[in-house]
Amino acid sequence: MSEAIEPDIDVDALKEQGVDLEVAERVAPERDIVTKVGEALVQVQNLTIKFGGLTALDNVTFDINRGEILGLIGPNGAGKTTCFNAMTGVYKPTSGKVLLEGQLLNGLPQHRITRRGLARTFQNIRLFGEMTALENVVVGLDARHRTSIGGALLRLPTHVREEKTAIERGMALLEFVGIADHAHFLSRHLPYGYQRRLEIARALATDPKVLCLDEPAAGFNPAEKEELMALIRTIRDDGYTVLLIEHDMKLVMGVTDRIVVLEFGKKIADALPKIIRDDPKVISAYLGEPEDDLA
Amino acid sequence: MSTTDGPTLIPDDASAQEIADREAKMRRRKGWFPGLSDRWNALPRQTQWLILIVVVVLAYLLPILNPPLITTEPGNNWQIALAQMSVYALVAVGLNVVVGYAGLLDLGYVAFFALGSYTAAMFTSPDSPYVHIPYLWTLPLAMAVAMFFGVVLGVPTLRLRGDYLAIVTLGFGEIVRILATIIPAMKGQVGFQNVGHPPGTDSSGQPIFLNSSGTPWYWLTLTIIIVVLLAAGNLERSRVGRAWIAIREDEDAAEIMGVPTFKYKVWAFAIGASVGGLSGALFAGQVGFVNNQKFDIATSILFVAAVVMGGTGNKVGAVLGGSLVAYIPLRFTAIAEFKYLIFGAALVIIMIFRPGGLLPARQSLLAYGRLAYNKLKGAMGDIPASGKVVLEPGKGSGNE
Repeated sequence: MSEAIEPDIDVDALKEQGVDLEVAERVAPERDIVTKVGEALVQVQNLTIKFGGLTALDNVTFDINRGEILGLIGPNGAGKTTCFNAMTGVYKPTSGKVLLEGQLLNGLPQHRITRRGLARTFQNIRLFGEMTALENVVVGLDARHRTSIGGALLRLPTHVREEKTAIERGMALLEFVGIADHAHFLSRHLPYGYQRRLEIARALATDPKVLCLDEPAAGFNPAEKEELMALIRTIRDDGYTVLLIEHDMKLVMGVTDRIVVLEFGKKIADALPKIIRDDPKVISAYLGEPEDDLA
Repeated sequence: MSTTDGPTLIPDDASAQEIADREAKMRRRKGWFPGLSDRWNALPRQTQWLILIVVVVLAYLLPILNPPLITTEPGNNWQIALAQMSVYALVAVGLNVVVGYAGLLDLGYVAFFALGSYTAAMFTSPDSPYVHIPYLWTLPLAMAVAMFFGVVLGVPTLRLRGDYLAIVTLGFGEIVRILATIIPAMKGQVGFQNVGHPPGTDSSGQPIFLNSSGTPWYWLTLTIIIVVLLAAGNLERSRVGRAWIAIREDEDAAEIMGVPTFKYKVWAFAIGASVGGLSGALFAGQVGFVNNQKFDIATSILFVAAVVMGGTGNKVGAVLGGSLVAYIPLRFTAIAEFKYLIFGAALVIIMIFRPGGLLPARQSLLAYGRLAYNKLKGAMGDIPASGKVVLEPGKGSGNE
């Protein structure tokens, strides 16, 4: 973190030398990319959330391991988004803990949780409509900036450097999600699919350790879903850990390394996709009990 | 912000050109001067500076030119009218930070204006028993006092949102006015006479800054406005401005994207308050008399009207709106009595037909974004209508 950021990365020259530039390096050059897979990065321990008499999440425990794509699935109302909101600090858990790299996240303000390295997108797109696509992404990048009012008023050199690199990284991120040519449009004028991609770019801009995607494929056609799956895989390959909430079983089965299934706020399964597919409890959660079992 | 702001259903293969057309259409619908900001942004940097310098020089020459038709004479002294207009313009610039950028509806802004006025009066007027300091020192002091109360008011209330915040600030505005009435030291309606002024005398030994001479006050305030505008521009095109606009657009999303929303809301309040205090001190110096009559709710609403009329979120629009609000009753003395009726009607009409105000402009939030955007727009010209531009890596670099 102490090294000065070189604002002009000569990408073309590097490419000619055969250097494979991962987006993670260009987007966040100071980041320690930990590729060690397996150890628990996020630990959700006995998480319970009650809204009055309603128990939305009941004693849910699972880990998100470094470098994996974890799917969080379940029928409507199973508590997937509630779980997300509890992890990112929107809801205060009734009991239980959320740990990131062994450090407790409970009770931290939401922006602090983001800076610790947990970024998310929204089920119903929530971009800053009156900002351009690039500005949206730069808001995310600001989470890592250190200058504030003073630096901005006096245009201090550190501030100027941060502003310049922010634009560069913002464009790199937009390019990564494939909408760089729309960088100068107001985000509310962007097509729906682009808005979803922009949300992912904005969340990546906060330089997260874990990227939480809340139904990123909602409203997509099969071709767009394919593209999204490829994008999520690339994000993982760049060293991010991904938590994915999704309804579409095909997408979930195709992209995740492991799946946690929730039903009525309880965890009913936690296994590899191919095991989940044949798990009778999961099948009954989605399709209902077979007739003869009811009797 | 409204129900129409959700994702729009444009097919993904909509070309960049189609979106550009949509945006142009939206802007035309919003402004009285279609494409003005587009054309302005398309100008080269040097031309922009040149035009700005001409405008600034003209602004400084206004009291001497005394242009016919525009002038407020014979009803009101033109120079003093200009001085008052400039104070209102400065108020609008300050309030624009709170209302326009951060989207916090502050209906008690007059309180900060009053705090500034009283600071200037109580430390310079011979009617005041306290320490006396040179008038110019009261300007930073007024800013500091107003800023302090901005933070004091902001910290507990900025956890409220929307209408609730408006109600609390409305109350604060009244509190300051009523305190001025009931605290003996603030002298209620009797007020403070002979508020100080900046030093300096002309060749005949008369002080330059007299209450009866508007020109020096106008020049002083205009200079301060320019400095404040530059500072506001620096803030706007930085992390701070982006945080404010993000809060205005979607506070929850901003918080989750790592924006410390509470901190930046308090900053918006504090910065807005300090500019309010500064304009109050200038007002007190120019008029030379401060009592509790000037700081009522109606004035507060008038300030908000100035910002909304000029174009919420546009600092140049705020200058225009603030000057207009002060100018119209001075110029058209016959209708001055009906000014609230007229402003009310004007606001309703503006909100129906031009919801963006007189000078609607989107904030540019990236200090070095111009080049990146221009490159993109240039690239768009080269492609077939349905094609997509593939930016070469690194092409979006924002170095100017």
